[in-house]
Amino acid sequence: MREKVAFELISPEKLLISGDGDMVLVPGAEGDFGVLPDHSLLISGVRPGVLEIHNDGKVDERIFVSGGVAEVTPERCIVLAEQAVPVDELDTKEIEARISDLRDDVDASASDDDRKTAERALMVTEAMRDATTAAPAH
Amino acid sequence: MPSLKELRTRITSVKSTQKITSAMKMVAAAKLRRAQEQAEASRPYAERMERMLGSLAASLKDHGDAPPLLVGSGSDKTHLVVVASSDRGLCGGFNVNIVRNARQFIIQLTADGKKVKVLCVGRKGNDQLKREYGSHIVDTITDVDKPKLEFIQADTIGHHIIAMFAEGEFDVCTLIFAKFKSAITQEVTRMQLVPFAIPETGKEVEKEGGIPAIYEFEPEEEEILAELLPRNLSVQIYRAMLENAASEQGARMTAMDNATRNASDMIDDLTVFYNRTRQAVITKELIEIISGAEAL
Repeated sequence: MREKVAFELISPEKLLISGDGDMVLVPGAEGDFGVLPDHSLLISGVRPGVLEIHNDGKVDERIFVSGGVAEVTPERCIVLAEQAVPVDELDTKEIEARISDLRDDVDASASDDDRKTAERALMVTEAMRDATTAAPAH
Repeated sequence: MPSLKELRTRITSVKSTQKITSAMKMVAAAKLRRAQEQAEASRPYAERMERMLGSLAASLKDHGDAPPLLVGSGSDKTHLVVVASSDRGLCGGFNVNIVRNARQFIIQLTADGKKVKVLCVGRKGNDQLKREYGSHIVDTITDVDKPKLEFIQADTIGHHIIAMFAEGEFDVCTLIFAKFKSAITQEVTRMQLVPFAIPETGKEVEKEGGIPAIYEFEPEEEEILAELLPRNLSVQIYRAMLENAASEQGARMTAMDNATRNASDMIDDLTVFYNRTRQAVITKELIEIISGAEAL
């Protein structure tokens, strides 16, 4: 059995992280899943949430992703994210301000499309807030 | 014949023009490097995306009901031509080449009896096309690279196109942009965005034991594909825009290099002419003095 999973986090603009981990916890579209070495082949949607890289029994890095797709093969775990920010760099106050702004947007939106976009942005931002408030896993 | 003073002013003005062009050349060179780096950095995402779409399409083949973004709307009556150009001029034949290609394409489509709609990305494309095809232009998007060319901008254009497609405003979408070959050559390329041409399934997936690897999908293939296809469209646009930006700077660099060289040729010619005129004037004055002295 392989010891580590090769992990890559890529945004359209660049390769954000490329490294190894004992386990990678991905917020999948239908529930979080952990990727260990020799995982079966899987392509999954990613919902807004926190992605964790575990190494030596503790959480190495916590990164907020705003959605995307993940491809898992026995050797690798690749996450294609729209936007990714390390949880440490999130600013709770700013996020709260954005949430209230977006709530106003949802109320003020004239068309269904506007409302949908605003609601989606609100969902992502709320997930971002949950990411900052949730206590670290350990 | 111009006077000495006029010549002097002329030489100074060409010299300052030369300073501007050589500065522009250097700025373009720096921007070109940055654009190339950006294009380089965007490559991994596009590659992985392509591979994933390949495996998805392969597994979806058996299902039959693929989304219209992948297989098309079943007709090809209306074409949307997206013309990517630059916002600013002074970049040689860059915009002219793109617009020429677009014009040929539009003529060809019209001859085939298709309806053509044009979406301009960049001010220059709109400027050059609106006289002839003003009624075809549905929208113009400018300032895509301000403050910086980012994925979000491409995503906005992508959403715009998808919204149009969903409303049945066109059947086939083609993007025209300049592919970056080198600072000297840029190749105008047409790329079909909708329906999307799926690349061949990655060889890597198939090599394990010779049978194509079967992926599990979470949620269903259709759902993932429905999410991936629009994003892939944006990624394609983003890449094309990056290529275009690099091409623009490359073209500008070459154009400005030529302009600088022409300016120094001009300065040389003018200086020679100036010196000749100066000598002629001196000779004339001498002759006047001598003949004046002789007359006494």
